Amino acid sequence: MSVIRSLWAYPFMVNAFRAGTVVAVLAAVMGWFTVLRRQTFAGHTLAMVSFPGAAFATLLGVAPGLGYFGFCVGAAGVLAVLGPRETGHDAALTGTVQSALLACGYLFVALYKGFLGGVDSLLFGSFLGITDAQVVTLALIAAAALGALAIMGRPLLLASVDPAVAAARGVPVRALSAAFMVLLGAATAGASQITGSLLVFALLVVPAATAQQLTARPGLGLALSVVIALAVVWTGLAAAYYTPYPIGFHVTSIAFACYVLARLRRLAGGPA
Amino acid sequence: MSAFEHPFLVHALVAGTGIAAAGGLIGYFLVLRAQVFTGDVLGHVAFTGALAALAAGVDPRVGLFAATIAVALLLGVIGGRRRVDDVAIGSVLSWLLGLGAFFLTLYTTSRGATHGTAGVSVLFGSVFGLSGGQAWTAAATAAGICVAVLALARPLLFASLDESVAAARGVPVGALGLAFLVLTGACAAEAAQAVGSLLLLGLLAAPAGAAHRMTRRPCRALLLSVTLAVAEMWAGLALSYAVPVLPPSFAVLATATTVYGAAEAAARVRGDVPV
Repeated sequence: MSVIRSLWAYPFMVNAFRAGTVVAVLAAVMGWFTVLRRQTFAGHTLAMVSFPGAAFATLLGVAPGLGYFGFCVGAAGVLAVLGPRETGHDAALTGTVQSALLACGYLFVALYKGFLGGVDSLLFGSFLGITDAQVVTLALIAAAALGALAIMGRPLLLASVDPAVAAARGVPVRALSAAFMVLLGAATAGASQITGSLLVFALLVVPAATAQQLTARPGLGLALSVVIALAVVWTGLAAAYYTPYPIGFHVTSIAFACYVLARLRRLAGGPA
Repeated sequence: MSAFEHPFLVHALVAGTGIAAAGGLIGYFLVLRAQVFTGDVLGHVAFTGALAALAAGVDPRVGLFAATIAVALLLGVIGGRRRVDDVAIGSVLSWLLGLGAFFLTLYTTSRGATHGTAGVSVLFGSVFGLSGGQAWTAAATAAGICVAVLALARPLLFASLDESVAAARGVPVGALGLAFLVLTGACAAEAAQAVGSLLLLGLLAAPAGAAHRMTRRPCRALLLSVTLAVAEMWAGLALSYAVPVLPPSFAVLATATTVYGAAEAAARVRGDVPV
């Protein structure tokens, strides 16, 4: 108990826990659908986009949050219009676009003299200096995204599992996948403010992948994803507070350890 | 031609030319074999390897090559015939990157290096900072990779286009795939020195993707991919030299992306691509 009390002695840590909690819930729920829909590469690409977004916002002198959400949701819109690209040649396109965006981020950083030290926290996450306003913004966006997802949930599940049947039953499959992509952009923008652009995968995909190793039931899987993501973020924050290493390292390591354990349990013949 | 009196530019051109040629060759086969994601993985691994070497106090190039070649072998052996699931690869990847962040902190705190610059140069490259020795070593290594790829080119092309027929005709498909992955690992380690571990994917994917869009004939596409890569490297370095505010990695990537975009648009106008 005293450990937790000393953790929360500082307002910045309380804010970090609040923001981390919001982000963990949002990322886990969105991630569960992302894994189900096999769109993890899109999630990875959107996360990468958050880096030039934040760098550009810093260069312009506006709030980084604007850059995160503007770039991620914009890129999600582009992906939604172009449709999912996962095949051989399209990977060259995705790879080129991703590298070009990262190169732009590097340019923005280079143009903004004296910001080179800030690159690490943009890429690998930081829990310092999260303001009350940021927590409120994150909470509002998460609430809106989760609300939209709750409305879309059942048809989206059907459209994800069996698009042909869903289309035959009159579910607007294309509109749903476009809407989902935009929500995914919002979720990656939120998550990258905690884990950094390069490590969003650990919060978005790994808890959900772990949950899907453990259960095939949608409701239980969603709940498990959220529980795992929360555990990962909270232990990660505590570890980051007591060690000099960036939070991204702790979050990825804990999440990956959970995933490996879940896979080993399946190998050992546990109930799938 | 006073520009060539600057040793840093000469070194960058020497290393960049070799690296771009190797990247163009390797990239062509990566796109053909639908292994672009593997290039992405090896780029991330290069970052962790270089920083682990820095933290341990050895030459970062040792870490680069050791990490990328080891992971390439691992992917080749585990992957084998089955398609490895993207989620599993991505999970390992994100952890490796996290580990890279750990080594970065270890290095900056233990050695008192100027914070941020080590990580930034590994991530985004610093081709204008190469010494003469480093540049010639990079060029020689890249030449070795090019010779090896060209030696394998015919059977590899056969195996990539039609694996089962190639196997039936006695081409050692598995060994070829593994050898190609190892060469890709070496190429990623090379390219990381020029454009950094985050951006090398563009150097592998953009010229090759453009070449695939411009012609369907394999030998011509291979040649085109190398030519484009080298020309884009030169144009990028020249642009960065002329406009110092643009970092060389950005200028090279911007040139490569523009060429790719033009090739893609031209192919769509011709109606070669289902839009």
